[in-house]
Amino acid sequence: MLVRLAYRSLLARKLTVLLTVLAIAMSVALFLGVEKVRNGTKASFMDTISGTDLIVGARTGSVQLLLYSVFHMGNASNNIGWHSLEEIASLKGVDWLVPLSLGDSHRQFRVMGTTAEFFQRYQFRRGQQLSFTKGQPFGDLFDTVIGADVAKALGYQLGDPIVISHGLVSFSKHDEHPFRVSGILEKTGTPVDRSVLVSLEGIEALHVDWRQGRKISGQTTQADVLRQMDLQPNSVTAALVGTTSPMRIFSLQRAINNYPQEPLQAVMPGVALQELWQLVGVAETALLVISAMVIITALLGMMANVFASLNERRREMAILRAMGAGPATIFLLLMVETLLVVATGCLLGVLLVYLLLGLGQGYIDQQFGIWLQLQMLTPRELMTLAAILLAGACASILPAWRAYRLSLADGMMVKS
Amino acid sequence: MNPAATTSLTLNKVSFTWPGSRQFALQIDAFHMQAGEKVLLLGQSGSGKSTLLSLFAGIISPQAGSIQVAGENLVDLTSSKRDRFRAEHIGVIFQQFNLLPYGSVADNILLPLSFAAQRRKRVITNGSLESEALRLCKALQLPEKILKAHVGELSVGQQQRVAVARALIGQPDIILADEPTSALDSNSQQAFMDLLMAQVTAANSSLLMVSHDPSLANYFDRVIQLEDLCKGGVC
Repeated sequence: MLVRLAYRSLLARKLTVLLTVLAIAMSVALFLGVEKVRNGTKASFMDTISGTDLIVGARTGSVQLLLYSVFHMGNASNNIGWHSLEEIASLKGVDWLVPLSLGDSHRQFRVMGTTAEFFQRYQFRRGQQLSFTKGQPFGDLFDTVIGADVAKALGYQLGDPIVISHGLVSFSKHDEHPFRVSGILEKTGTPVDRSVLVSLEGIEALHVDWRQGRKISGQTTQADVLRQMDLQPNSVTAALVGTTSPMRIFSLQRAINNYPQEPLQAVMPGVALQELWQLVGVAETALLVISAMVIITALLGMMANVFASLNERRREMAILRAMGAGPATIFLLLMVETLLVVATGCLLGVLLVYLLLGLGQGYIDQQFGIWLQLQMLTPRELMTLAAILLAGACASILPAWRAYRLSLADGMMVKS
Repeated sequence: MNPAATTSLTLNKVSFTWPGSRQFALQIDAFHMQAGEKVLLLGQSGSGKSTLLSLFAGIISPQAGSIQVAGENLVDLTSSKRDRFRAEHIGVIFQQFNLLPYGSVADNILLPLSFAAQRRKRVITNGSLESEALRLCKALQLPEKILKAHVGELSVGQQQRVAVARALIGQPDIILADEPTSALDSNSQQAFMDLLMAQVTAANSSLLMVSHDPSLANYFDRVIQLEDLCKGGVC
């Protein structure tokens, strides 16, 4: 009967209760939303590269190697000789090796030279492969495949010409040999979206008439001639390596790190990604703190609400007291009411988050490359909801105690 | 009703002061009520009638003296035991009826039974809770379908009778009534008092009503002026 009375009492004050429930629901939705975005961002970040066992580059920090080879940020301290790369490819345990050559750019996007095998081997989001919205991998020396963001930002279509600039910030353009868009990749939410991919030979072809960062004056090798040339590079920036078995990863990593001919480094992408995530973890913590503050504010608001409603409910409390309800019952009644409000707010908040996720999942993936999974609440999220309920119960203690005191004093004195 | 108790209510050398006040709000030397007796306590507004009812109901405790209800000294009981005792043995009718505004008629009538196991058991022994509520409604000349109605939909007269039914359900030892007729005209007052007295007699309960209206005296076994009860000229 008490629960029914609590429920009916809440119904009788439906407007203020509704506003309180909405405030809690919005706070819970915000908290869970931040959690989902945080988890989704982390998962998307961690899934930037998968299926690759080692990233090999010149000896430097593991985070730096990851940054320039995968995220295309910053520059390599040195290159890897082609001969070294061939030796690594022949090491026991190496299943495949995809070289990466970075250094040139097109407009605001990086140009990456690689082999056609890149499209089969590069995986993201737990084993998902690159796929083409339009076109195909490069067939000709001057073919290029562009990421989804490049196509969208520059409005490129298949067959459109692309002129590559020398270096990252340069006024020198390789305009004598424009490339042609042969394929446009699907959105991946990875740096590939912002990349212009060309073949390794294409990168070499661009630099045939260049020496030490400058174009040789008066020399322009014709495209058809270039197509006939042996354009094997002397060096590349980095390489993605797959092993025949996960058991081989550590021994292979050790072998590459101790490679005698050249100072090289091999890093496991997962470990390096984890290190990099820790660097941006402060923002993650800040987000959590903000959403926790929002919940605390909502609970304080609810407590103020219960306090404010107490005065108008003195008569109700006095009636219950006169009917034989003990102070403990009055205390319990307010607790039950508050918990009903908080529980309804939590439930509504959870439904709101899932509704928004369901509606916005595709858009967020398209716009930001963050895949927010529609999965059950995690144990951490459930714990948080339980903590909110507990906090709600705690927040009701003070008003409940005051009601206990008031009802004792009021007794039968409140007339109307 | 406790058959062992022949005295329904006894006050002995009771002094009560509201917290923070230096003056006594009430000082009563002695007061007795027999089981089944109907007593009218007359007093002017602000004379301390409601305070006295709160003392009888065990909602407030005196600084000195004893208050015996149905053989139990309320002063000796802990706060929670007093609450349970009140629920089991005392029915209260308020001047403003004080029905729970958000409840149905049935909710309001059955409310005291939520806190009084014995009283509830007495009702269940004779039938269901709803049937007893319905019987009381009929006895108080309320329409049969009223049980599910919201109290906000009732007339003042109907609300008053629902308040009486709430006090009477489960046949408590004593009914305390705080000026329940103050809002009624003389015809309605008479009809109400006839119904109340009949039902209190049927429940075999004692009735202590406080009022400022001496015309009600004929309905009662005994009439007492509050001024006569109090001493020291304070109340």
